[in-house]
Amino acid sequence: MLSIENITHSIDAWLNGKFSPTVVLLLESVIVGLCVIGLFAVLGLVLVLMERKVSAYMQVRLGPNRVGPAGTLQTVADTLKLAMKEGLTPDGADKLLFNLAPFLVIVVAMMILAPVAFAKGIQIWDINIGVLYITAISSLSVVGVLMAGWASNNKYSLLGAMRSGAQIVSYELSAGMSVISIVVLTGSLRISDIITSQQDGWWLFKGHIPAMISFIIFIIAVTAETNRAPFDLAEAESELTAGFHTEYSGMRFALFFLAEYVNVFIVCAIAATLFLGGWMPLHIGHWAGFNRVMDYIPSSLWFMGKTFFLIFVIMWFRWTFPRLRIDQLLNLEWKYLLPMSMVNLLLMTVISIEGWHF
Amino acid sequence: MAFLKKYISDVLGAARSLLKGMRLTGYYFTHHKEIITQQYPDNREEMKLPERFRGEVVMLHDARNEHACTGCTACELACPNGTIKIITKFETTPEGKKKKALDTFIYHLELCTMCNLCIEACPTDAIKMAQNFEHSVYDRSKLTKKLNNPGSKIREGVE
Amino acid sequence: MIEELGTTEQGDLVINLGPQHPSTHGVLHLVITLSGETIRKVEPHLGYIHRSIEKMCESLSYRQFIYVTSRMDYLSSHINNHGCALCVEKGLQIEIPERAKVIRVLMDELTRLASHQLWWGAMAMDVGALTPFFHAFRERESINDIMEETCGARLTMNYMVPGGVMADIHPNFQKKVKEFVRYFNTKIDEYDELVTDNIIFKSRMKGIGYLSPESAVSYGCTGPTARGSGVSCDIRKLYPYEVYGRVSFEEVIDGGGDCFARYNVRMQEMRQSVSIIEQLIDNIPEGEFQAKTKAVLKLPKGEFYSRVETARGEFGVYIISEGGTTPYRIKFRSPGFSNLSALDHMARGHKIGDLVAIMGTLDLVIPDIDR
Repeated sequence: MLSIENITHSIDAWLNGKFSPTVVLLLESVIVGLCVIGLFAVLGLVLVLMERKVSAYMQVRLGPNRVGPAGTLQTVADTLKLAMKEGLTPDGADKLLFNLAPFLVIVVAMMILAPVAFAKGIQIWDINIGVLYITAISSLSVVGVLMAGWASNNKYSLLGAMRSGAQIVSYELSAGMSVISIVVLTGSLRISDIITSQQDGWWLFKGHIPAMISFIIFIIAVTAETNRAPFDLAEAESELTAGFHTEYSGMRFALFFLAEYVNVFIVCAIAATLFLGGWMPLHIGHWAGFNRVMDYIPSSLWFMGKTFFLIFVIMWFRWTFPRLRIDQLLNLEWKYLLPMSMVNLLLMTVISIEGWHF
Repeated sequence: MAFLKKYISDVLGAARSLLKGMRLTGYYFTHHKEIITQQYPDNREEMKLPERFRGEVVMLHDARNEHACTGCTACELACPNGTIKIITKFETTPEGKKKKALDTFIYHLELCTMCNLCIEACPTDAIKMAQNFEHSVYDRSKLTKKLNNPGSKIREGVE
Repeated sequence: MIEELGTTEQGDLVINLGPQHPSTHGVLHLVITLSGETIRKVEPHLGYIHRSIEKMCESLSYRQFIYVTSRMDYLSSHINNHGCALCVEKGLQIEIPERAKVIRVLMDELTRLASHQLWWGAMAMDVGALTPFFHAFRERESINDIMEETCGARLTMNYMVPGGVMADIHPNFQKKVKEFVRYFNTKIDEYDELVTDNIIFKSRMKGIGYLSPESAVSYGCTGPTARGSGVSCDIRKLYPYEVYGRVSFEEVIDGGGDCFARYNVRMQEMRQSVSIIEQLIDNIPEGEFQAKTKAVLKLPKGEFYSRVETARGEFGVYIISEGGTTPYRIKFRSPGFSNLSALDHMARGHKIGDLVAIMGTLDLVIPDIDR
């Protein structure tokens, strides 16, 4: 059966036959780097188009439909436009930090991509502390946002950045708690282990109600962490015009935009990995026949399907709900989500120790 | 215990209210026949504006290139913005009498607010509102229009 | 002067919200003093869209000046025109035909509905929900189509003339309005589903921007803003004009005084407007649509005042006539201006996000404030 796994293996074998191990490692790094950049570009284009179409249909309109067949090339045209625009640096801005911030945000997004398993055998780096690595790196993205907001020397930007800081720091907690509740069940931080442990069913279904609660909390928390509506206080169009990226234009604005969508993709990929089995097809216990049928669908499709479904849910949130206020946002985290996830973690631990999960 | 009950019912009630909104947007997401967007430049042919729609002032001419404007300047007086300027001349009738007649009906589209007061004021129904609404031009001077056709005359019998 | 204000002596941040800002719905300029996220002071700076309409009207005849008032509160242009026409009719002492009265009231209520629909969408957009805006415009579109068919324009109709209305209703008018009412009755429940019941929206609205009845009166607030504070001020009820005395409708009053009360008043007013339309649409009397008036209108020497209830509150027209064909002086009492004056009082101590929400519930139309 032709699968992406076989392709990577054959490339690896072919390279090993030709070059020395050091060169092979270097070459493979370059290939992976190119793949990641390519993935970023494609994701940016696809997700922006998807968002525009989703929003359009929810708002009883058609969305982009002029450029290319059914508007599919709209985002390409937009990117070209942004690339050609002048990248303005305001006079009062801190030049270095102002120009550095968008790249920092993008680099952080790229780094989180490392331990994500895209399909069976497609994983850049199967580090043994995968989940911990993701939690650690994802909290770095706030640095980029703060940097952008402060360096712009604009009051709106500063307010947006400060909001974003408070928001990300708080929501890291419950996102982390939800991640730990799955780690408690699997007993491993390694992504591949977590996926294999869901061979006979996804954790969302195996872990009883606590798993569902922690899944919901995780989705809410990551929506907040990626600054998406209803938690888009850092941008808050009607309050702060554009928040932390008010002063950005051209390609540097595009990088922020891209980072937002890539971050959404990554957090959804992580949610899919932790709760919905990553690339693991839908397996139910010992129904061998059913499981074999499910295996015929390629693992990459499973992964992408789950991830895009979650992305759709997050977009669905955005186009339905009003924005929260900053104090309500923090209330929600500290008064509702955090206590809930703490109790939930306790329950999860009990379930795990007693072996009550399926 | 009552506190806990309230806490849980609060959370559930909140979730229900959010899901209700999501159900509505989800309905519109899946029911594309509800979309009301008109594909504007493409549907130019089918697009029908109501006959009362006020697009711009035009002067009616019949097949013999005759209009009904007597040059009485009622519309010019009725216009709040000075959109209309009427230049009259004196014509000699066959009986040898001198009679005031329209020379040029100047209409400044760029000043017009489509208030319909000139049409109301016109005693002979010589002008009316047309349904044309695509007025953009590259040169502002093109918006100053001469409404009476070249060589047109006043219709017989219109006083 | 404004650029120099970076921070105050107390170290508070001074921010210029506007004149170009997504949530001021026009060119309103607010200078807000912030301590952290909390608002210390809001100072509206007006005049960016001042067109001296009152002065302009002094050189226009009594037929002509009506169209200018459409450009003030462009969302209730019909009702503004109505107010002016009423004032001129008062001066001329002419009685307008019954048919014209009913048509005027029907148009007023349709305008009010359209205005409230747009407000609902914009209000939801202010608090961050973008979808309701399009849903609101979908319904507003049907009203605009009805207007277009009968009045010939969609926003600035200039349909009211001294003595009645400019043209008779279109033959399709009654059918279309009935269709619209049927359609809108199903959609208004969706409004509640999507926004009113939403827990986030409720918590953004409740207890925010409290305006006590006393301060509502002392700031001169009218319309839904004052009725949200429990002040009865509906001109349609208190000083009925045209056929408002004959139709049965409730003056919506909510004593909450906060943003949600003002929101609620407008939502209920939509239902009341629908009920007025339902009562009148089948009972348009036959007859003339316009009373006979002279070609050149001359108001007798004296002072004339008339008022109507627009979608935003009380709209007053005050004409001083010297007996000529043009008014000697005209003064418009626009609801937006007085409602805006209460903004500082309401917003102090709240967050920036609340300021936007409060402004949304005031339903400001900037050309109405500046005139």
